[in-house]
Amino acid sequence: MAILTKEEAKKIIDKVLSYAKADETAVSLSGGRTGNIRYARNSVSTSGESNNLALAVTSVFGKRSGTATINEFDDASLEKTVRRAEEIAKLAPENPEYMPMLGPQTYLNTNPYSENTAKIDPEYRAKAAFDSLDPCRKKNLTAAGYLEDTTGFSALGNSKGLVAYNRATSVDFTITVRTADGLGSGYAIRDVTDVSKLNTKEATEIAMQKALASVTAKALEPGKYTVILEPAASVDLLQNMMGSMDGRNADEGRSFLSKKGGGTRLGEKLFDERVTIYSDPTNPDIPTSAFGGGGGGRFGGGADGRPQEKITWVDKGVVKNMYYSRFWAAKKGVPATPPPAAFIMAGGNQSLLDLIKSTEKGILVTRLWYIRAVDPQTLLYTGLTRDGTFYIENGQIKFPVKNFRFNESPVIMLNNLEAMGKPVRIGGNLIPPLKIRDFTFSSLSDAV
Amino acid sequence: MGLSAAGILLPTIPGLGRSVDPGVLLEAGMDVAVKKRLADAALNAAKAKGATYTDVRIGRYLNQFVVTREDKVQNIANTESYGVGVRVIANGCWGFAALVDAKNEADVARAAEEAVAIAKANSRLIKQPVQLAPQQGYGEVSWKAPIKQNAFEVPIKEKVDLLLGVNAAAMKNGANYVNSVLFMVNEQKYIATSDGTYADQDIHRIWPIFNVTCIDPKSGKFETRNALSAPSGMGYDYLQVNPADKVTGVTTRYNKGYDMLEDVTAAAQQAKQKLSAKSVEAGKYDLVLDPSHLWLTIHESVGHPLELDRVLGYEANFAGTSFATLDKWQSKNFQYGSKLVNFVADKQQVGSLGAVGYDDEGVKTKQWDLVRDGILVNYQAIRDQAAIIGEKASHGCCYADSWSTVQFQRMPNVSLSAGKTPLSVADMIKDVKKGIYIVGDGSFSIDQQRYNFQFGGQLFYEIKDGQIAGMLKDVAYQSNTQEFWNSCAAICDERDYRLGGSFFDGKGQPSQSSAVSHGSATTRFNGVNVINTARKI
Repeated sequence: MAILTKEEAKKIIDKVLSYAKADETAVSLSGGRTGNIRYARNSVSTSGESNNLALAVTSVFGKRSGTATINEFDDASLEKTVRRAEEIAKLAPENPEYMPMLGPQTYLNTNPYSENTAKIDPEYRAKAAFDSLDPCRKKNLTAAGYLEDTTGFSALGNSKGLVAYNRATSVDFTITVRTADGLGSGYAIRDVTDVSKLNTKEATEIAMQKALASVTAKALEPGKYTVILEPAASVDLLQNMMGSMDGRNADEGRSFLSKKGGGTRLGEKLFDERVTIYSDPTNPDIPTSAFGGGGGGRFGGGADGRPQEKITWVDKGVVKNMYYSRFWAAKKGVPATPPPAAFIMAGGNQSLLDLIKSTEKGILVTRLWYIRAVDPQTLLYTGLTRDGTFYIENGQIKFPVKNFRFNESPVIMLNNLEAMGKPVRIGGNLIPPLKIRDFTFSSLSDAV
Repeated sequence: MGLSAAGILLPTIPGLGRSVDPGVLLEAGMDVAVKKRLADAALNAAKAKGATYTDVRIGRYLNQFVVTREDKVQNIANTESYGVGVRVIANGCWGFAALVDAKNEADVARAAEEAVAIAKANSRLIKQPVQLAPQQGYGEVSWKAPIKQNAFEVPIKEKVDLLLGVNAAAMKNGANYVNSVLFMVNEQKYIATSDGTYADQDIHRIWPIFNVTCIDPKSGKFETRNALSAPSGMGYDYLQVNPADKVTGVTTRYNKGYDMLEDVTAAAQQAKQKLSAKSVEAGKYDLVLDPSHLWLTIHESVGHPLELDRVLGYEANFAGTSFATLDKWQSKNFQYGSKLVNFVADKQQVGSLGAVGYDDEGVKTKQWDLVRDGILVNYQAIRDQAAIIGEKASHGCCYADSWSTVQFQRMPNVSLSAGKTPLSVADMIKDVKKGIYIVGDGSFSIDQQRYNFQFGGQLFYEIKDGQIAGMLKDVAYQSNTQEFWNSCAAICDERDYRLGGSFFDGKGQPSQSSAVSHGSATTRFNGVNVINTARKI
């Protein structure tokens, strides 16, 4: 088992640092186990499990840095890896944007780890798949699904005394159910830290209902519609927008946050005043690593050790913060806020059903698919609805509709906000169902 | 599912293996006699445990990236990944196990035994036993990509100088920002099968790319222009400038040799020009699509829907299924495109990304027709699928992106055959009354059954009464696959035939990446719906 405790990890890191001769040395140690089971056509197609434990050493001379990695842990191998990183560093060109390593940091207490998830075994995965396959087989529906679980840790240490450790678990489950005639398709997605909160049968039943309800879809004219976007539908658009809040790009004039004539739109009201988006690594529903920056997500790997704090990105429609590389933050004299591992969009108390009930005419969207940027300046994206699209009239779902292609920007979408429901966990984030007016559907698709 | 949105920040791709000294990339891999010994150990161990079929892949995967922006080198990465993957059939079910750094017979035998154990455990969950198309053994064979210069032999300094020179040319010609990357790959793959094939292969790929940004401070608008290079199954020779490889016209495009410096100079000027270009008026246009653009439309609307695993539903939960269902193929009259349209699948095309001698289950590669005179005639199938479409043998398009991942059906090069009657691009344009000429690939999106798509591009030129009338911007076209290919009205002849492609075609869960090329000559489509993508925020 490759989950080292903080003490075990630190012992290895300290040993590696003891061999170092460079100006600065950083050690990153991460490992874990990931397992999966995949099924399609009502039958399991593949399943597997893999373990890994890997150590990376980054050595720096002046502004030249080199990295070497290894997955053997005897003293000779560790020392050899340090020497190799140092040799690579000496040969590397200078990076004028190199920033000296961070010293000791204070981190929030977060707990993105669950023992229940760590205990997952092949029997659990087979049972989870069976619970999803069995009801579909019985109703003559066709299931295709995928479950992946990860239990891992990530530790950092450097010659300036920084020590960071995180362990985390995650389970991601998706299920697509199709009718035997291929005319109906439904989908559900779940992600949890603690696998005891996952019920593959419950998720599959929703996908089954949507598959059955989406048969005999009618074609509506493309155009601007009021839509209710389930969190699975809005998550990618919102994530793409959050991924575009880099301060340097905004300063350089190539971002939706760049201002005409120079400067950024920080402090401007860009969205409806009910839009508030923040991140909080301690949130019990979506706990994340307390350190990050430069990537790594929930496992905090590959990071420079910057602390993840609670931070508000958009407050009542106003852009409050952007994230920065340490180099650019120093150049601009602003805090080096790292990009968040996950985000929370504040919502209301209404359920999805409440949102439907309050809708005179509109379209319920289960999911958006193949989303690609069309214009980075306006964050215009295109993509399609998929796996359950329904027409709503007078507060009720009336009939299934054929899928649409959309061309829409999350910035415009969050200005056309009508109502928000209670946020739910999706892709590691908390996102409410959103009711949006004038959402642009530009053409019809025959895809089911 | 389709191409990952791999932007210019390529080197953050995980799972490439360990970081190594650049010198390691030049070290010879394991001797072929040692590979055979390891492979035999696995084949024997699997057979002893009851496997009815086994293949062993011993892979060493080398990558090098050089990443720059303006006058700075941002990253130089050299990676190596070595290991062994063993796949077996036992109790009629597939099983797979892989081992990193496996260098002795006991290790690989253990992996083989584990694969058999997994197959036996999973055999309880399958409905039907796996049926493999028969396959002869070829004995000990080898295949090498016909490269002229191994990119790893070129000193890093030369690569850095090239990219910094490219960046300087962009800045000198009006760019505000420029990123450039050289991405090089060498797959040293060995496959042994229980049918008696032992194939040793050496595959090379290279992809030089850049992205130029120009900003108009007054309006706050910015425009970009990406490289018109194609990722190639060549060595560093792809970067040797050869006038014969240049296609001149409204902008210079490239065939088997790429002039990066010349292209970036044009890119900076064109990105600036885009800032003041006319915003397109939405409506129906005849489109003239350059191969640097059309490859992506072929990839999404022809390559993917004809993958048999998608057609059968194996990708339903992720990439999706396909509109090109078996009944359409069985009817023998499904009009995929107009009579001019012929699509060929090809795993042998010289200089392409998909070219190998043998696929990842030991099948000798070949060419075959997918669409002939507009009619759907075939799919892409591997050994355990061939029987489903009545084929006696696999098409040889099985691939895994690493020794550690399970091989499955992947897209071969899928190309549109050049026109049979002589036709130049200039002559094609002369005939167009209201049209748009599109060069380079841009935004792309298609539904999960591959009906409805939308594509952008890099450069758009308005055609009025047979003449290029100036540059357009905010252009994207939308269509339906069958409608679009049936609107194909003319295809230039083979003098204009060029390849495009990507390193990053994604499919499967967990997702695997595969490199694939698509060839075509400039092609005309009549009456396609064009939208205007400009918005205000």
